[in-house]
Amino acid sequence: MKLALGPHQYYWPRQAMMDFYGNVAESPVDIVYVGESVCSRRHEMRLEDWFDVARVLAEAGKEVVFSSLVLIESESDLKVLRKLVNQPDFRVEANDMAAVQALVRAGHKHWVAGPTLNVFNPETMNVFAEQGATRWAVPPEMAREAMDGLLTGCAVRPEVEVTAYGRLPLAYSARCFTARHFNLQKDTCEFRCLQHAEGMPLKTREGEAFLTLNGIQTQSAKVYNLLGDLPALKASGVDVLRVLPQSESMPELLALFRRAIDGEITPAEAFEQSQALMPEAPCNGFWHGKPGLEQYVAAA
Amino acid sequence: MTANHLIELVCPAGSLPALKTAVDAGADCVYVGFKNATNARNFTGLNFTDASMREGIRYAHDRGRKVLLALNTYPQAGNWPEWTKTIDAAADMGVDAVILADPGLMRYANRTHPDLRLHLSVQGSATSYEAINFYHEHFGVQRAVLPRVLSLPQVEHVIKKTPVEIEVFGFGGLCVMVEGRCSLSAYATGESPNCNGACSPGKHVRWEQTAQGMETRLNGILIDRFTDDERAGYPTLCKGRFAVGDDTYYAIEEPTSLNTLELLPDLARAGVRAIKIEGRQRSPAYVQQVTRVWRAAIDRLKADGERFAVKPEWMAALNNVSEGQSHTLGAYYRPWK
Repeated sequence: MKLALGPHQYYWPRQAMMDFYGNVAESPVDIVYVGESVCSRRHEMRLEDWFDVARVLAEAGKEVVFSSLVLIESESDLKVLRKLVNQPDFRVEANDMAAVQALVRAGHKHWVAGPTLNVFNPETMNVFAEQGATRWAVPPEMAREAMDGLLTGCAVRPEVEVTAYGRLPLAYSARCFTARHFNLQKDTCEFRCLQHAEGMPLKTREGEAFLTLNGIQTQSAKVYNLLGDLPALKASGVDVLRVLPQSESMPELLALFRRAIDGEITPAEAFEQSQALMPEAPCNGFWHGKPGLEQYVAAA
Repeated sequence: MTANHLIELVCPAGSLPALKTAVDAGADCVYVGFKNATNARNFTGLNFTDASMREGIRYAHDRGRKVLLALNTYPQAGNWPEWTKTIDAAADMGVDAVILADPGLMRYANRTHPDLRLHLSVQGSATSYEAINFYHEHFGVQRAVLPRVLSLPQVEHVIKKTPVEIEVFGFGGLCVMVEGRCSLSAYATGESPNCNGACSPGKHVRWEQTAQGMETRLNGILIDRFTDDERAGYPTLCKGRFAVGDDTYYAIEEPTSLNTLELLPDLARAGVRAIKIEGRQRSPAYVQQVTRVWRAAIDRLKADGERFAVKPEWMAALNNVSEGQSHTLGAYYRPWK
């Protein structure tokens, strides 16, 4: 089982981002997804910076994948997409059908079907596999049972990647909720996301942490954590675990996942140790076919 | 050039009486769903049985109108046959098109019923011509419904770059999130528009009068709280009031409806082929009111061309049936973003 660091969801200053990926190069992770997948206005990291990061990671032995923008609105978004697709060195994760169209047209044969492509059944997986998708990032809202069913029905089994840690990306909008909070419009947002390294907490009127506003993306407040479900993930034949970036304790977290995957500590121990590294309470409901925010403890 | 004469009015019907009302009030097309999870308005007491579907299709066809079947949720391995059987039934009954989101289903429909017209649902999240053209080239999709995320110039640009007809939302409940890319309801309740055809479903809703006011909850989560002089709205989870920093406000969106009536000439000029009215979950009275206004406006646009002007009574009638009695241009108007 491989360990992947998913695409960065937040907007950080360029140097902070460079330092972050410098540490990732030293970490026990097998695959790193890079690139801006959330907001086309974010420009601290230019495309060339991302390619620099990608080369450093590749030299450190990591498989590097460029993750495409989830919401494509303009011709300039499409231009960036074409640059990703037309570079020869790295795989691409398609997070939108425009990316699929570009990859297919360019004749790519080893791309990743991203979690927002909504692959929920074997017939759709077959469509993408015939077009060159060789890895499937499972939509976070999909339960284990449904995932197992999909894999049983596939003509050719893809490599399977499950989001196993992080605040869950739950929704995308044309509207920027961070700008809205500051009474700004998206086009003149003053890049306020830069001041919120892990987004802005949204609470109910009785103070319960519910969601996280991250620009045009809405995330869960709770942190999805499948460390305790590792036996089930292995039993289902999941090939890759995806961990999403956070601002603190990332090296420790990746090391913990590595040790758990390699069986150096039990899943229960790993889950227990992860508590100190999490910015919020855990949840794992989606994996169990329940509301995502719920937390289930595996039967002893 | 204008495409005024080509704009179709596509109206919602959650029941046979609503379908007949829409046809009588001037809808060119009525879109409907079966009573199951195969469509994105899988609500209790809503939608069509086989018998009412056949009667609805007959009623519409007798009057020269079309019936479009929404089959726009994503099936999974365990329930796949329910969706394909529904496509087979739709083809057999003679619907004029099926509205699909799932590529696997599109391929099934395209291979099994090559004469069945395919529309790409808004749930397919296709926001660019590249995405839309993929569905066209691989499955023969002939029309796409755009998610409510693009500005007017962006809509126009898409239309210039695709052979696929473009349908846009004109009026009704406003999804703030990109349709097909929202798991908020799944996160809170376990039921999602993508897989269950439901958002913020009624069985998870609780209304509670408390000392602090009327509270609305979704699976126990406090979505909003209303003082006695406020009108308590349904707890759609993206339209509640929440606390961010020191502010408590509609952090995602107000309870409001999309209304693009004033953009009608611009949409026509851009080459939009059809205007969709949201609201299969709404009453026949809503369908009648909204259909009449939009029929009158589209007919007036045909007659008046560039001299078209929105009548105040149209706006008043639409505001009457709007969520929160207010309306917005949504993403068509850039500052909304």
